[in-house]
Amino acid sequence: MADITLNRLAKVYPGGVRALHDLDLTVRDGEFFALLGPSGCGKSTLLRTIAGLEAASGGTVHIGDRDVTALQPGERDIAMVFQDYALFPHMTVEENIAYPLKVKKVGRAERAAKARRTAEELGLGPLVERRPGQLSGGQQQRAALARAMACRPRVFLFDEPLSNLDARMRLEARTFLKKLQRELGVTTVFVTHDQAEALAMADRLAVMESGELRQVGTPTEVFRRPASTFVASFIGSTPMNLVDGEVTAPGAVRVAGGELPLPDAAASLTEAGEKVVYGIRPEYLRWSDVPAEGAVAGTVSVVENLGSAQLVTLECDGGVSVQVVVSEDHEPEPGNRGWAVPRNDRALLYRDGDLVAEHGTTDATVSGPAEGPGNGVGDGPADDAEPVPS
Amino acid sequence: MRTGTNPVPALLRGIGAYVLVALALAFFALPMLWLAAAPFDAHPGVTASLPDFTLANFKRLWNNPNAVDSLASSLILAVGSAVLVVGLSALAAYALSRVRIRGRDGLLYALLLLSSIVTGTAAMVPIFLLAAELNLVDSYLGVILVLTGGLLPAAIFILKDFMDTTPRSYEESARVFGASPLRVMWDVVVPVVRPGLATVGVWTIAQVWGNFLIPFLLLRSPDKSPAAVVMYTFYTEGGQPDLALISTFSLLYSLPVVLMFLFVSRRYGFRFHGGIKA
Amino acid sequence: MAATTSSADPSPAGPQGQETAEKGKRRQAREEPERDAAGLGRRRAAAFLAPALLLVALFLVLPAVWTLYLGATDYRLTGIPAIDPAFVGFDNLTKALGDDGFWRSLRLTLVFVLGSAVIGQAGLGFALAWWMRERTGRLRTTLEVLVMLAWILPSSVVAFLWIAFLDRDGGTLNELLRTPGAAWLLDHPMLSIVVYNIWRGSAFSMMLYSAALGNVPASHLETARLAGAGGLQQLRDVVFPRIRGHILTNLLLISLWTFNDFTPFLITAGGPDGATETLPVHIYKTALGSGELGYGAAISFLMLLINLVVAVIYLRLLGQRNKSGTAGKKSRTARRKARGSGQKEAA
Repeated sequence: MADITLNRLAKVYPGGVRALHDLDLTVRDGEFFALLGPSGCGKSTLLRTIAGLEAASGGTVHIGDRDVTALQPGERDIAMVFQDYALFPHMTVEENIAYPLKVKKVGRAERAAKARRTAEELGLGPLVERRPGQLSGGQQQRAALARAMACRPRVFLFDEPLSNLDARMRLEARTFLKKLQRELGVTTVFVTHDQAEALAMADRLAVMESGELRQVGTPTEVFRRPASTFVASFIGSTPMNLVDGEVTAPGAVRVAGGELPLPDAAASLTEAGEKVVYGIRPEYLRWSDVPAEGAVAGTVSVVENLGSAQLVTLECDGGVSVQVVVSEDHEPEPGNRGWAVPRNDRALLYRDGDLVAEHGTTDATVSGPAEGPGNGVGDGPADDAEPVPS
Repeated sequence: MRTGTNPVPALLRGIGAYVLVALALAFFALPMLWLAAAPFDAHPGVTASLPDFTLANFKRLWNNPNAVDSLASSLILAVGSAVLVVGLSALAAYALSRVRIRGRDGLLYALLLLSSIVTGTAAMVPIFLLAAELNLVDSYLGVILVLTGGLLPAAIFILKDFMDTTPRSYEESARVFGASPLRVMWDVVVPVVRPGLATVGVWTIAQVWGNFLIPFLLLRSPDKSPAAVVMYTFYTEGGQPDLALISTFSLLYSLPVVLMFLFVSRRYGFRFHGGIKA
Repeated sequence: MAATTSSADPSPAGPQGQETAEKGKRRQAREEPERDAAGLGRRRAAAFLAPALLLVALFLVLPAVWTLYLGATDYRLTGIPAIDPAFVGFDNLTKALGDDGFWRSLRLTLVFVLGSAVIGQAGLGFALAWWMRERTGRLRTTLEVLVMLAWILPSSVVAFLWIAFLDRDGGTLNELLRTPGAAWLLDHPMLSIVVYNIWRGSAFSMMLYSAALGNVPASHLETARLAGAGGLQQLRDVVFPRIRGHILTNLLLISLWTFNDFTPFLITAGGPDGATETLPVHIYKTALGSGELGYGAAISFLMLLINLVVAVIYLRLLGQRNKSGTAGKKSRTARRKARGSGQKEAA
């Protein structure tokens, strides 16, 4: 097992497109790490550069103590699972799983035995004679995982591991992958554009945009305290409300036609008259049918049923709209008046796109115990009363 | 008024369509009837008619040494060219598909254009002179090399399209496991593009099997002549075409390509698998 | 969320967002086919290319260049110029351009290409593909196999079949039409080889158009039908715009093939009296028949030029299609917009 250290890693494509800007990042030993970002942000390029499928233009990649920057992919002791699984269509499942061993010149009998054992472990036992085309999406994914596991690599790399599954399978596979990674304890980096996937599976994650790391941290940190408006709007299944506001002395902010108290974290860091952006997740707004203190008021325009709750869009008096997650205790109707009270310890202020906070509190370096495999247990959003959106 | 709502014009159109289809069937079938009838006719003329059934023509053909030998020659030329064309075009198409080379498309188009012109009559004099220079006259190898050179551009063109549509992740996956490029090619690329290789192989065999000009030009000794050339040697003592031999030989000569076509169309469905770019 | 100040536009994480992201990825992969997935490297790629290029250079490019050179000499099959050809520059070319035989041959070739390929093969091929589009069954299979047979039989065999079919005394056609003694190859030689070539080559157009029609989504035709379009209107508004690229490719290929086709010689030997002497036959007769190798090579060069012009026109048209394909998309109806981006790749 090994950690992965990137040092000023850069990738420039011929033609001058900079895909990665001097990245520094450490993925710890045994960690389940997500690279998250919109398409074109460079997350796949980063993964492929770690794999060696793309040559770095500058900087270094270390796996464990070894500098692998100049090594061929096959020499890096890694295994990669591709988005489309890349199972060879002309080989049976067993031959596919045994292929890495065949390349490493393991004897026929031994590799067949190993392949079968790995297949058994992943519940593919009865399917080893089949061809990939005869497997379901989930089975194909497990076959690809088995093939990656068979050669006992020091690092796993997954490129969009769930995106080829249908919605139902995706939830199942998510749990399965997380459990498997924990059991194997192999350092794993995966790429996804789905924030829910990253939050649910990763021990830690990095949010990327335009070839740069915007925030690195545990899912809880990134969800609760996004370092920038970009991260704030990217994370969360219902995007965070980000509303223009102005700090009004003393300790209050005018937002959407209402006066709200300054968020706890930013209270001492702002001056009156400052233009800011007020951020609050729909989950952290409390609904009120009657006028309330420290609330934004508005008229209900849309009600979307989320099952156990509703997502209500409130057209506020300031001409902006705010979304609120409303529990099933209330049943607002379009046209009703409504009030949304923010949870002050969850509200955030952004200045020039960046979080207003004590220096360093949003940075990953502060938190996140990292003592080998399984460290993610304590980091999970278990201590969070609010459900992590899925 | 919409035609679909009125049954009478619809019926007429239906009948019209079937009449046209019947005409098309006749158009394509009639010239071939002779090939089906004459070989079994004791006294074949040029008319396709119910034969005065006999197998004697086949016996005569069997006793004609040129006929049997020429089919063997055709086979050598076709298989030899197919092996060369498939092997070389696969390597070239793979390299062109995976490594950026400037001016690649222009080059391919130029070669394709050239091949459709030069393999015809236009360059037959230089081809003969060249073969003479290289000591390739009257050798199978000479014919195979000339035909291969002419067929390669189109073969590369077709195969490159197959290669382009093959997911890169297969190769990358094998590469991450430590397979060398040649190994990736052999273990992964070749099996995956097998339908493309088969298409090119079949196409090459059909082209060479029917080629008249190049072997006619380059093979001097009669015992090496392939079937396409030997067909023109079947004359009766009176100088008239020997219809019995010609028709019977035509049938035997056509049979392999027809069988190959039927086999391929059963197996793969004789379609364009994106082999032609539009 | 009207007041979102975030400058970035995060893609929503719903299933739709994922789908488009995936598609984008796939498109990216296809736009970069050069991605060196197997780690080939330039040197190995060059080694992979070398044998094929060597053969092509030696047996294709060299003869072509040689033809150019010969075209500038008075090289002959026999006599003194056979041993020591003299350089005559453009004399052969000017001679050809001033020769009625050349122009007549070119005219015949154009008639042959237009009649048998551009109109005949493409038209019949499309009709066959259109008819077979949604049909299965024995009738369709029979017709398809017959059309394909005409295409794959060796040309020597096919030439004999047509000579027999059109024979003056007892040919199958005369028997059928009850016109004994009608000498088709003598009285209507061009018509005969045009019809022959339609018979011979329609299969290719049929296959290519079948593949193209398979790419026209049924929903587009259904939309047109719901809007009340008749059969011809559907063809014009929905089918043709979509398969335009295939049509152009097909026309180019069959034109070039027909242009350079030598098989008419096997049927009519260019006769009677030069009535079917297309350019390839003309060259053959000039170079080998009269032994004027240099002059023949010069005509070959002219033929090569004409081929080039045809190809360039085609590539231009194709390029225009690509440009107008993106510019004109907006003006088209919504149903096309939905599939618009995928269209170019599919084609």
